[in-house]
Amino acid sequence: MSAEAIRLDGVEKSFGAVRALAGVDLVVGVGECLGLVGHNGAGKSTLMHVLAGALAPDTGRLTVGGIEPKTAWSSASSQAAGIRCVFQELSLCPNLSVAENARIVHGALSGFGWKARARTLIRTKLDEIFPGHGINPDDEVGDLPIGKRQMAEIARAFTVTSAPLRLVILDEPTSSLDAVTAEQLLAYIAKETARGTAIILISHLLGEILSASDRIVVMKDGKAVAARPAKTFDRASLMAAMGSDLNDVAVSEQLRPAPKPDAPVVVRARPSGQGAGSELIVHKGEITGLAGLAGHGQTKTLLQIFARQGAEVDGPMAFIAGDRQSDGIFDLWSIAQNVTVRSLRSLTRRGFVDPTAEAQLARTWRDRIAIRTPSMDNNILTLSGGNQQKTLFARALGSDATVILMDDPMRGVDVGTKLEVYAMIRAEAAAGRSFLWYTTEVDELTHCDRVYVFRNGRITEAIDAADLSEQRVLQASFAESGT
Amino acid sequence: MTNPRLLRAALPFLTLAIVLAATFYVQPRTMSYFGLNLMLQYAVPIALATTAQMFIITVNDLDLSIGPFVGLIGVIAATALNASPVLGAAALVACVLAYGLVGALVHARNLPSIVVTLGLSFVWLGIAVMILPSPGGKAPAALKALMTVQTPYVPFPILAAVAIGVIVHLALMTTSFGVIARGAGGNPKALARAGWSMLRTKVVMYMLAGVFGLLSGLALLGLTTSADAHVADRYTLYSIAGVILGGGEFMGGRVNPMGAVVGALTLALAGAFLIFLRISPDWQIGAQGAILIVVLAMRALVTYGEKRS
Amino acid sequence: MTGLRTHLAEKPWLWSFLAAALVWGLAVAFAGGHGGGEILTSALAFGTFTVIVGLGQMMVITTGPGNVDLSIPATMTLSGVIAMKVMDTDSAHMLIGILAAMGASLVVGIVNYTLIRLLRIPPIIATLSSSFLVLSTAISYGRGLRIKPPPPLAEFATVRMFGIPLAAIAICLLSLAVAVILKGTVYGRTVAAIGQNERAAWLAGLNVRGTRFATYVLSALLAGLCGILQSGFSGGAALNMGDDFLLASIAVVVIGGTSVAGGRGNVPGIWGAALFMYLLVTMLNIFGASPGVRLVMTGVIIIAVITIAGGERQTR
Repeated sequence: MSAEAIRLDGVEKSFGAVRALAGVDLVVGVGECLGLVGHNGAGKSTLMHVLAGALAPDTGRLTVGGIEPKTAWSSASSQAAGIRCVFQELSLCPNLSVAENARIVHGALSGFGWKARARTLIRTKLDEIFPGHGINPDDEVGDLPIGKRQMAEIARAFTVTSAPLRLVILDEPTSSLDAVTAEQLLAYIAKETARGTAIILISHLLGEILSASDRIVVMKDGKAVAARPAKTFDRASLMAAMGSDLNDVAVSEQLRPAPKPDAPVVVRARPSGQGAGSELIVHKGEITGLAGLAGHGQTKTLLQIFARQGAEVDGPMAFIAGDRQSDGIFDLWSIAQNVTVRSLRSLTRRGFVDPTAEAQLARTWRDRIAIRTPSMDNNILTLSGGNQQKTLFARALGSDATVILMDDPMRGVDVGTKLEVYAMIRAEAAAGRSFLWYTTEVDELTHCDRVYVFRNGRITEAIDAADLSEQRVLQASFAESGT
Repeated sequence: MTNPRLLRAALPFLTLAIVLAATFYVQPRTMSYFGLNLMLQYAVPIALATTAQMFIITVNDLDLSIGPFVGLIGVIAATALNASPVLGAAALVACVLAYGLVGALVHARNLPSIVVTLGLSFVWLGIAVMILPSPGGKAPAALKALMTVQTPYVPFPILAAVAIGVIVHLALMTTSFGVIARGAGGNPKALARAGWSMLRTKVVMYMLAGVFGLLSGLALLGLTTSADAHVADRYTLYSIAGVILGGGEFMGGRVNPMGAVVGALTLALAGAFLIFLRISPDWQIGAQGAILIVVLAMRALVTYGEKRS
Repeated sequence: MTGLRTHLAEKPWLWSFLAAALVWGLAVAFAGGHGGGEILTSALAFGTFTVIVGLGQMMVITTGPGNVDLSIPATMTLSGVIAMKVMDTDSAHMLIGILAAMGASLVVGIVNYTLIRLLRIPPIIATLSSSFLVLSTAISYGRGLRIKPPPPLAEFATVRMFGIPLAAIAICLLSLAVAVILKGTVYGRTVAAIGQNERAAWLAGLNVRGTRFATYVLSALLAGLCGILQSGFSGGAALNMGDDFLLASIAVVVIGGTSVAGGRGNVPGIWGAALFMYLLVTMLNIFGASPGVRLVMTGVIIIAVITIAGGERQTR
């Protein structure tokens, strides 16, 4: 396999202060199945979006089949070059049938009899990949269960009309498939690569990666840190390559507050996917971590607790969003207004929000959490991402809330800010506030008294601070059924 | 497993059947060629306006100007088209092009379609009033003849409604362009990612709405024989109600051309039914509002059932 | 000049006043410098009614994209009809008439929100369907003759102090109150927060449902108030009295600098826009423009304003 299907050289991409890709080189050979693994935020998705033309890299070179594309790399040119993607967020139209969805990616499916051709095309491919799939090409996608939708989308990615098929990117393709269909897909991958199609397989199921890939690339902190034939890896060595050294452990060991099992319980919740079994319990003054791979039910559990559905909470709550744009910031408002919005009721005197008290609260928190701005009356968007995030912390910590829910709040925050905020969280916990802290950064778990690891919407393990290690969290995050 | 989607698809037809049965029960004499012809003649322009609205709703917008537009077309056809066929035809074509332009504007500037089309409704009305300050004009003889044609066995309005429904169904539900148009309502991001131009799709859909608004205006003129700028003001409401009665949804590109036509028939029939019931004309609009609310409530129930299963 | 420009950029509502002044100047100049005061007085008188419904519509629109109250004209009509019929030209029945009319408007507001919430339908359709029912109720209840308003009501709606209509002064105070509520109360802040980001508002612990409910009720109550005053002003309720107010209520909000995408309301702009709309019609009348031209101009200006002002922030 000497021919290259696609090659990336020195690709860098930053989002504000965060460096998502720090110079990645990646080669996929013709007919090769490349396994791509890495922990949350390692840069896998960003890299794939660059390949698909959905994101433009800051620097770096891309060649397709050894030739540099003549025009700017975009969704359309990537499509024309025969690159197909199955991303985690589904890109099917729910109001159209399976066959009609095939039409959307194939310009050639038009004119008289297109529908019959589309049906045949997608049915043949479904039959080939997932024998006994039970999907009718005329089924409306919105009516199909999630697993079948994923099957339809995978099959669509492998259909060929006028454009050639060069590379298929499968990002967690089996996340909604059962064991049998997942097995069918892996078998098909072997068949398809034998025909010369290149495949990039991203999965958190290491068994899948080890068995299906020819070669495995491990990403960490926006770089490809290992690239070797799959045969040379096993579960343990792969896990070791992904993990980071538990830096600062010694420091955090001293700073870690003592567990408080005797304090009163303030939150008792059972994740909706849990069924019977372990509950999530938070004592007063505790910092409780929610860990595991992204999207495995941590945020959902936080929202469930916030809505007090299936959860008993003693005391007022505040929520600190990680996705600032969609969950946190009011972008027409000043910094001050963004800080005080959670405390308006307590700032109200005789029916009106007291402007003096409001300004006072905003000033206090500007100083306490060091929001860097000439004036709190400036619009919130004049702040850097890290300072916007501090504003959200100020909003929650400045309120009357005794239970603080944090939804991976350090996304896109620089190191300096992080350290300031960690200290503040510990101080607030010592003063009696309780924190529920979902984080995708394993390092941050060292600040927690207890960590609940989530997988597929369930708590798979509860680890006390004393027993916490990255290896154990990874193990629980990647736990496959039966292990 | 009973299929709630099937139930929902059948809902418009069920509603029409109920209203029709009730009408026959209250006034058995309507169960005849002439009875149906009389009751349903205005269903044709309403069905055409409803179809126009449906094209706009397909791409997640709403058109509050279709009523005055239908009125304007009638005015142009009853005046300019008679005086100078070439000029009149050119004016009508310009109206359709204007619709496309509005679609482009709404898309390019990402404007709320309600506000734009609300302003547009004043433009249409103003032009119509400028051409014809008070009711008058004369329908071209051919239009009159077409709208009053006596077809054998089945009354013309029914044939026309079925024809409209079938043609639009074929165009929107079975052609490869129709897929793109509906996909643009269902998942615009995915469409753009696959390399389709949303601008072009929107312009085409707005122009199709313009074409069907034009047909609606001509059909209405054929029935009224003289024009009035305000004659179709209520069509805006009818057209939205018709799409909804027909099982369409406001967002997500889920529309049903046959259903929309059936919804329009239901609305036209409901008017007649309420008269036969001797409900005072005061409650005519109110009863239509009530029908709309009842159907929406039934749909909410079906959707609820769907979610639970 | 640059100072003025930044000032204008910060306060978009000033544009509507500038436009109103310009149109007024043109009208007066065309009329040979006469009648400027008289034009302004009638602009205030007529503009007042638009402002009342505009205030309600502004609150609704500020709660975010898709929120709009299309039942305002029908509610106005119902309220006017009920007020006139209950009062029956008798000054002694004025209070009860006002209470009955406002009570009916309250019911409309509650029905509107209930439809939005229970049937999970867009506010446009909910308020549209309910407006059918409301209008029919008004038609049916108000059959027959036009009843004159009791003298005190007519007087309140038409009397002037130093050339300024008394009603305009009262509504000016009402506008002030709405502006203060919007800026300085939990309710007002919640309206603005929901309009910017409903999910973030919920996560910030604000009462989203209660606020939306209160907003639709407020809009209906203001429409009801407008219906009563309008009946007093024009010598009774008419079944078509609300017709012009659907577009007008939305137009003054849009022209007045309120964000159509939600989150930012603007009270002074409503006044500027209402005066502008009326003065525009007056100017076109003085120029001898036909009703058709006036309609076209109104429509074109709304589309122009939304094209220039809109599209700023609709990334969601």
